[in-house]
Amino acid sequence: MMVFGIDPIVLIASLMAASTPILLAAIGELVVEKTGVLNLGVEGMMITGAVCGFIVTMETGSPGAGFVAAAVGSALLSLIFAVLTQVFLANQVATGLALTLFGLGLSALMGQSYVGLKSPSFPAVNFGPLADIPVVGPILFNHDPMVYVALFTVVGVWAVLRYSRLGLILRAVGENHDAAHALGYKVVRIRILAIMFGGACAGMGGAYLSLVRVHQWVEGMTAGAGWIALAIVVFASWRAGRVLLGAYLFGGVTLLQLNLQAAGSNFPVQYLSMSPYLITILVLVLMSAGRRRNALHAPGSLGRVFHASS
Amino acid sequence: MIRLERRAVPAAKLSYVTPVIAVVLTMVFGGALFAALGKDPIAAIRTIFYEPLFGEFSFYYRPQLLVKATPLLLIALGLAMGFRAGIWNIGAEGQYIVGAICGAAVALAFYPLDSRIVFVLAVLAGMVGGALWAMIPAFLKLRFGTNEILVSLMLVYVAENLLAAMALGPLKNPEGLGFPGSRNLTQYEAANSWIAQDLGLHWGGVAAAVAVVVIFVLMGWHVLGFQIRVSGESPRAARFAGVRPQVLVVFCMAASGMLAGVAGYFEVSGPSGQISIDFNSGYGFTAIIVAFLGRLHPIGILLASFLMALTYIGGEIAQNQLGLPAAAIQAFQGMLLFFILGLDVFTNYRLKLIQRGVA
Repeated sequence: MMVFGIDPIVLIASLMAASTPILLAAIGELVVEKTGVLNLGVEGMMITGAVCGFIVTMETGSPGAGFVAAAVGSALLSLIFAVLTQVFLANQVATGLALTLFGLGLSALMGQSYVGLKSPSFPAVNFGPLADIPVVGPILFNHDPMVYVALFTVVGVWAVLRYSRLGLILRAVGENHDAAHALGYKVVRIRILAIMFGGACAGMGGAYLSLVRVHQWVEGMTAGAGWIALAIVVFASWRAGRVLLGAYLFGGVTLLQLNLQAAGSNFPVQYLSMSPYLITILVLVLMSAGRRRNALHAPGSLGRVFHASS
Repeated sequence: MIRLERRAVPAAKLSYVTPVIAVVLTMVFGGALFAALGKDPIAAIRTIFYEPLFGEFSFYYRPQLLVKATPLLLIALGLAMGFRAGIWNIGAEGQYIVGAICGAAVALAFYPLDSRIVFVLAVLAGMVGGALWAMIPAFLKLRFGTNEILVSLMLVYVAENLLAAMALGPLKNPEGLGFPGSRNLTQYEAANSWIAQDLGLHWGGVAAAVAVVVIFVLMGWHVLGFQIRVSGESPRAARFAGVRPQVLVVFCMAASGMLAGVAGYFEVSGPSGQISIDFNSGYGFTAIIVAFLGRLHPIGILLASFLMALTYIGGEIAQNQLGLPAAAIQAFQGMLLFFILGLDVFTNYRLKLIQRGVA
């Protein structure tokens, strides 16, 4: 079956792959924001992950090792943000921006000698006969491992936040850090760990771009994906399930725009390239319209500096 | 054990010293970073900070300092007002681009009319264009409560695509043999913004100097400046003082957009010369660092813009001489911002040694 010359099954399958980088980055940032920290450095962590993953993959030949390196590298980078905002009590907005700038520059320096190389392919997981099931097979059982890692992370974050004691602590720290501190929770330590988790997720998302989507290292290749991930968290009103929906929606718009370009639409390409950003704004407006901050489910302490006076 | 204790009053002297310490720390750690990546650290630091000022070709680089500092100063002055009030316009890059497009479009519409009024109209168009672009996040924030950080940032990417569309489409030079980019505005005498090209001085420099004085007075003596400061430091107190946050959002966003927009027009009718796909070189983002480096104070920003201009020129030299990638300078700038923000804690807090177990 074909719709407008596009096979819907192929479209859904490729949508899942195209959305994976922003999905990973967004679910990581969701956890960070749930603990009351606004890290605007997602773009910088993603691009650092992209370059770390690419370098290690080229040196070891294993994309798996590349993804691990990306997670570690970006978690270390996010530690800079964590120390500055949690220990040195720096402004989170400005520090996040600095992290993005620093990440963009650092990645360009690190990746200088890897420009133009092609990374090895990352084969799909072999599900045997499952992949041959019509419709469901190609959509669900024919992806590389990272697509599943991303989906499991979303389910895991959802379950932990909703059902576990850890989730309750994370949420308590984010809703009211003074109360959480009075109850004896280590606010700063919990936030630092959450920030590093967010960094690791963003790093893997970035590596997915360099290792799976493009198979190359290109300076500045994340091109705003990190910022879209931040928008998705707002769009999702800080709920894990809606992050998945949001990521697929944005992945879909990007894909559609690329398909329209490829189909030779005579509409100038630049106007199509604007569409994901314009739609992000539109969605933000729709999500925010007519609601108060509380109704949006934003964590109560989001972006506020925590200083324990005793 | 070391603890932080809030100071009753921020340490004024420290706030003058910390930017200097941050620069020194950036040189040390930046050098270490270059060394770790296999580049000679001494040569890199020397190239970035010394070469443009006192090196063999400094006669060429020194005017460049003014050229680069001008847009940074204009944009950062506007941003700093918003940052002080807690209004985060992160999309100055977009406002800069749209201001340039609007100004150039007006100038080119009058081509080849030979009258200086064209320049005045184009400057006004740049101001209006930038301000209107900034009013989009301001309006959405006030009407729907959207986050101005994300909206202004998304609009940067929209503006970049718009710029490409304009450079390849409506504003393309009809005599440009099919190459992208507009007519050269510096060759169109009526729209040219240069005053003395050999000194690096164009009308943007004059505008920036005026803006420093105006904003200095506004922030220090005008009620609007008081309202901006009090809103940033204590939103609750601001409400009691009768501050209307809507007015501040509109004023701060429009003012920063206007300054960024006009900086954009001065750039395309001066140093850059034309609307091209990539005439914007990230000034809108670097200006955020300039604003913080200058402690959100007009005089501080004036000094900071020249320092940041220095890293830009040094970065370009390092790119040519040492083969550093162009984006490497961003790592340097990001690091500088890290140190400034990190050191800020000592102006608001003091370190106190506490012995464990003693209450």
